[in-house]
Amino acid sequence: MSAVDIDRINVFMAVRKAERPARRAAFSLALPLIAFLVVAFVAPILYLLVTAFGNPETREVLPRTLVALENWDGTSTPEEPVYAALAADLKIAKDNSTAALLGKRLNYEISGMRSRVLSAARMADKLETGPYKEKFIGLHQDWASPDVWSVIKRNGASFTPYYLLTALDLQQAPDGSLERTAGDQAIFLDVLGRTLFVAGLVTLFTLLLGYPVAYVLTIAPKAVAGIMMLMVLLPLWTSLLVRTTAWVVLLQSDGIINDLLMALHLTSEKIQLIFTRIGTVTAMTHIQLPFTILPIYSVMRSIPTTQLRAARSLGAGPSSAFWRVYAPQTLPGVVAGCLMTFILSLGYYITPALVGGPRDQMVSNFISVYINRDLNWGLAAGLGVVLLGVTLAIYLLFLRLVGADKIKLG
Amino acid sequence: MNFSQRVSVAADRPVDALVRFEDVKKSYDGINFVVKDLNLNVRRGEFLTMLGPSGSGKTTTLMMLGGFERPTLGHILLDGKPVERLPPEKRNIGFVFQNYALFPHMTVAENVAFPLRYRGITGVAAKDKVREALGRVSLEALGDRRPAQLSGGQQQRVALARALVFEPSLVLMDEPLGALDKQLRERMQIEIKQLQTSLGITMVYVTHDQSEALTMSDRIAVFHDGRIQQLADPETLYNEPSNRFVASFIGENNTLPCTLLGREGGMAVVRMGDGSKFKAAADISGTGGDMSVSVRPENIGLAGQDGRPDFNRFGGKVRDVFFLGDHMRLSVEAFGGEFVTARIPARRLRPFAPGDDVALECNVAECRLLEA
Repeated sequence: MSAVDIDRINVFMAVRKAERPARRAAFSLALPLIAFLVVAFVAPILYLLVTAFGNPETREVLPRTLVALENWDGTSTPEEPVYAALAADLKIAKDNSTAALLGKRLNYEISGMRSRVLSAARMADKLETGPYKEKFIGLHQDWASPDVWSVIKRNGASFTPYYLLTALDLQQAPDGSLERTAGDQAIFLDVLGRTLFVAGLVTLFTLLLGYPVAYVLTIAPKAVAGIMMLMVLLPLWTSLLVRTTAWVVLLQSDGIINDLLMALHLTSEKIQLIFTRIGTVTAMTHIQLPFTILPIYSVMRSIPTTQLRAARSLGAGPSSAFWRVYAPQTLPGVVAGCLMTFILSLGYYITPALVGGPRDQMVSNFISVYINRDLNWGLAAGLGVVLLGVTLAIYLLFLRLVGADKIKLG
Repeated sequence: MNFSQRVSVAADRPVDALVRFEDVKKSYDGINFVVKDLNLNVRRGEFLTMLGPSGSGKTTTLMMLGGFERPTLGHILLDGKPVERLPPEKRNIGFVFQNYALFPHMTVAENVAFPLRYRGITGVAAKDKVREALGRVSLEALGDRRPAQLSGGQQQRVALARALVFEPSLVLMDEPLGALDKQLRERMQIEIKQLQTSLGITMVYVTHDQSEALTMSDRIAVFHDGRIQQLADPETLYNEPSNRFVASFIGENNTLPCTLLGREGGMAVVRMGDGSKFKAAADISGTGGDMSVSVRPENIGLAGQDGRPDFNRFGGKVRDVFFLGDHMRLSVEAFGGEFVTARIPARRLRPFAPGDDVALECNVAECRLLEA
């Protein structure tokens, strides 16, 4: 290394050293937010991923059985040592009251397993000596089934694709291959498709309603624009629940909208508006409008008025000037607004629950049901992962299609 | 001789006029008029500049001609036909905007080709025209770039090419060089002027920069307070301002209050603030009352030993001296409290210090009597 190089390094180090206090100050200013994000955002997402793939029940309740199953051929009924290990495991499970956990977990994959595990645990608790095999098979035929034993063996792994597969209407056959879930169980792709469809519909309507409003906001005199802006923002300042409830009042069979339609003789009998997809889309469109309008408005404001004038002076009529010169320049705002509304719509929960029909429930409603009612956090997390994946995929797709510089969220 | 009243329709034979403003008034609120009684003829092939401070009505006038504003009263005739109700796209007028207004989502070539499609020119014919137009502003090689990839000067040239490509007979420019730095601005002034002369097109140019107006224009209309204060060629405007506003707006000027005493051999005789008598060239009639004498700093020199007959002579106290390379600026207190600026070649100047007494003089022909 020459003296010049060493000099250069010394200067570099000196510069870095001189800037260190400023860097530290900047970091310490951001620290509270970073800490908050780690606790409130990063940690829950990591927990979600662990929950979606975690599979602790079988490992914890049946450790000996899993060891005994290691040499099992997978096609015949297991030998006596496996049943002896099962009896020992279940005896402890009975004492620790963990048999129910195992039963619930196995029940996801083989219906009826919950009661079978519980009764087997009760029996194991009383058994003193073997042979155990006949006694288990005597209790229920399933204990002789190789399919049941393959499910138990497979769930000895720490992680399972089960919840994610279920959320995509897929399941693992006993031999490990993937297959479609049977018709009446396969509901989640339908739910996902419905969620995407409703979100797309809401996005389309907010764009159709919001784009002209954003344009009028841009060209209106200041005083008028101020009042209009207030009207756009007011819903944003009102609680989501309040707005949704307001739509319940408006849309119900004896509500204002039906009364109005009847009074105008547009319809002779009351129309079912609430608890339908019309209700869901209407209420969601209303709630999402500001999110679509604001990015479009902010981009429109940055387009100089001379753009349209220049187009006119060059020979373009009013509509040609708008579509060929103005509209293409609003694209970054349109993309940002639509992306925001679409992604937020994917996660709607309260509004479809209150004004939507039973067939309009979205992915989030199912997540809520699995968390609150069925206590199946694994499946809830699996659905969450699918939703997160779809959201990210759509975001990346938009990014690829229009370029990062074409999305102006601010 | 140069009266503000000379700015009349009669001064231009109507046949020469490509554009005629006839008693045009413009008000946005119905109370205040931004443009008051505008009568102006733009001759075929001339470079006419509307010069004035902001709010003087020059840009509104340009926008009315371009079709973006409608006159409240009066008529605008383009080629003899009234156009005040014609939308911009039907006027066939090229327009270069202050910030160029290039379309950012199109390439340079697409920008220039934009006006052609509305005139039914497409394909190879359009390509040829675009190439020719870009060639005129020496940008042939940059047709595939986006406007954002060009420098300010290059964007300005593209805007020019786009406004010229459809061969309009009239091109309007709204402070097109305002965003450029001084050197580039001066080069573009010459380029635009050369282009206008070689293509023989009529240009109406709006600026608040007087040196720009003096450099480029065949005639300059000085706007103030919604009216044309004076319409003349640059030399006349500079040497024979018709009123106090023009005198102080174009170049630097000393405007000294005085009282008209009478006339003597075509010259006005006036009494200055300190009682001394001055002679001044006068176009205006009138026999008395408060007037002012305007004289440019470069027309004031140091007085010799003997008084010369054609010169007004006055004394004063030096208040400030600035050395500016080729010349010196003296700020002199004279006529009982007025400050007079004199611009004197540096080599001839004896060293002055603030507080010194100095004797100055100016040619009577370069002193002009104006209404107060």
